[in-house]
Amino acid sequence: MRLTSSVAVAVLTAAAIGCAAGAAAQEAPIRIGLLMPYSAGPFTAIGTEMTDAFMLALEDANNQVGGRKIEVLKEDTTHKPDVAQAKAKKLVYEDKVDMLIGPVSSQELTALSDFAKQSKTPLIIPNAGDNEATGDRCSSWILRTSFSNDQISRDMGKWLVGRNLKRVYVLMLDNKAGQQVAAGFKRGLTASGGTVVGEQFTPVAPTFDFGPVLTRVREAKPDAVYAFYAGGLANAFVKQFGDFGLKQTIALTGPGWLVSPLNLPAEGPAAEGALAELNYVPALDNPVNRGFQQAFQAKYNRVASEFAAQAFDTGKLVLAALQQLGGRTADKQAIVQALHSASIEGTRGPLRIDPRTNNIIQTMYFFEVRKIGDKLDYAVLGSIPNVQDPPNGCKL
Amino acid sequence: MLFQLLNGLQLAMLLFLLSVGLSVVLGLMNFINLAHGTIFMLGAYTGWTAAQLTGSYWLALALGPLASAAIGGSLYALLFRRLQGASPLKQVLVTFGLIFVGYDTVRLVWGDYALALAEPAGLAGNVALFGTPYPTYRLFVIGLGIAIAMLLHLGLERTRLGAIVRAGVDDRVMVSSLGVDVDRAFVAVFVLGCWLAGLAGVVAAPVLSVSPEIDVSVLILTLVVVVVGGPGSLKGALAGALLVGFADTFGQVFLPELASVLIYGVMAAVLLFLPGGLVPARGRR
Repeated sequence: MRLTSSVAVAVLTAAAIGCAAGAAAQEAPIRIGLLMPYSAGPFTAIGTEMTDAFMLALEDANNQVGGRKIEVLKEDTTHKPDVAQAKAKKLVYEDKVDMLIGPVSSQELTALSDFAKQSKTPLIIPNAGDNEATGDRCSSWILRTSFSNDQISRDMGKWLVGRNLKRVYVLMLDNKAGQQVAAGFKRGLTASGGTVVGEQFTPVAPTFDFGPVLTRVREAKPDAVYAFYAGGLANAFVKQFGDFGLKQTIALTGPGWLVSPLNLPAEGPAAEGALAELNYVPALDNPVNRGFQQAFQAKYNRVASEFAAQAFDTGKLVLAALQQLGGRTADKQAIVQALHSASIEGTRGPLRIDPRTNNIIQTMYFFEVRKIGDKLDYAVLGSIPNVQDPPNGCKL
Repeated sequence: MLFQLLNGLQLAMLLFLLSVGLSVVLGLMNFINLAHGTIFMLGAYTGWTAAQLTGSYWLALALGPLASAAIGGSLYALLFRRLQGASPLKQVLVTFGLIFVGYDTVRLVWGDYALALAEPAGLAGNVALFGTPYPTYRLFVIGLGIAIAMLLHLGLERTRLGAIVRAGVDDRVMVSSLGVDVDRAFVAVFVLGCWLAGLAGVVAAPVLSVSPEIDVSVLILTLVVVVVGGPGSLKGALAGALLVGFADTFGQVFLPELASVLIYGVMAAVLLFLPGGLVPARGRR
């Protein structure tokens, strides 16, 4: 009697442990860490928008892959590199995330990429465009789904020259992103026979007053202005450009962030006629983008911006990689390889990762802000498929 | 060159509207109000909402400053009154904390994105000055600034309140020993300063657009103007605003690499040779 009962107890306990273990293995979720500025800095709006779009992409797969739920842990970088790195450490060591996604701005990028390399955690950059992250400082642990500053700017010059806008005045902020975008643009412009009539790296001044700069621009009499500003600065610049009557004689051009959907409502008619190049335009007519814009607009009541599109495409890429792995995330190297070999149809068209630089290969679109019906919208005027960064010092 | 002068003057007038309130309050009450930029921002946002609801810029111009004055008044009654005699550090900490409160409140109510306030139809577009277009609205800002400066000057020189204020800056103890309620006068001045900040907010909005970041960016400039001009006087605020406005404008034109440092350089130079500012207040206690 006693033997049978202890055997029964042993069998029952083993069965119970077996069930629990099985259940635990099934329940352990896939964890993704999102590192964005949610509460400070000029990019908070973008951080929130990107998170929303990323979650939307995951919803398409019901937030699960291979029977495992996907858990997204969001941490606030407050736009500071040291905070970003501290939060990254928490996500990796305490929360045991399988991969990190972030940051929004290049300012926090070096801190995060250093940590990713050191801790051997896959890091996906969904926005920050610093050339070096997929150049001199590239690493097999880091890949980028957004753009490099050079990618956005180097083909614009040729396109402008093709439209007979040969003499260009360049205006940017005096920070790393501005310098890289300007360098890319100037190279492309001069190589196609254009000239840089003048340039000014406007200081990151407390005032948003472009009066002095615009007066100088007018005196230089260029064919076009190539201006890189984002957020509130972009609004101020575009409006003041119109206020000073410069639109009549000078074309307003720049990377697409100048007239992003985030800024267009505030800029109003002043933005009409602006020419831009970017990796995404809300008006893109492909099934993925149409579905994305519909879902985003239904949920958030505004047109999804290029940042949201990038985040959505990142989500799709991550899903594709996870599906390839069958949801198994124990081997971080395998995650990296799956991410690198994934190729998807994104909102921006076909997307894949360049094995030489770990930067994304995507289509670039040239567009104009036009009045379509009674609102301002974007008219796509041309595109370059498969834009790929040339070798730039990256040794993988 | 003429246009750069106009640009400088326009910036100076904006800075003047912003700093006159802060300057007088600092000189009078020895009270450092770092939340001044937040009051400016709240005036701009209230004006924006008014314009959204009614479609009228002028209504925004009327309501924004009133909102700022009301907020300033309530802040005084609830908080600042207790800080009047406190150490500057305490005042700085409390008002600095208000900056964060204001920032997040604005983000909660109005969102993170920059908002636009359109100029009134009558002032939009540009006028041809000597054949070159210059924004009409900026001319309006210059005109408004000059008008307000003159009104304030008249107020200071001709009204009883103005006399109390002038005397109080010179010697507060003497004035209260004469039986005048200096505190009430100072409250009135404080609320007026907030009203002016709100006015600056709505006036600046079509040019600068309205976003949560404007409170800190504007506050720094305002503090520089107050320090350079000399706290406590109308003339000081005007002198400081003109100097900083032109330094910033011409710095951007002639020395663009140094432009962001230039205004601080000017401030340092002024303080080196004129520690009390351009127009020092006499006999501060």
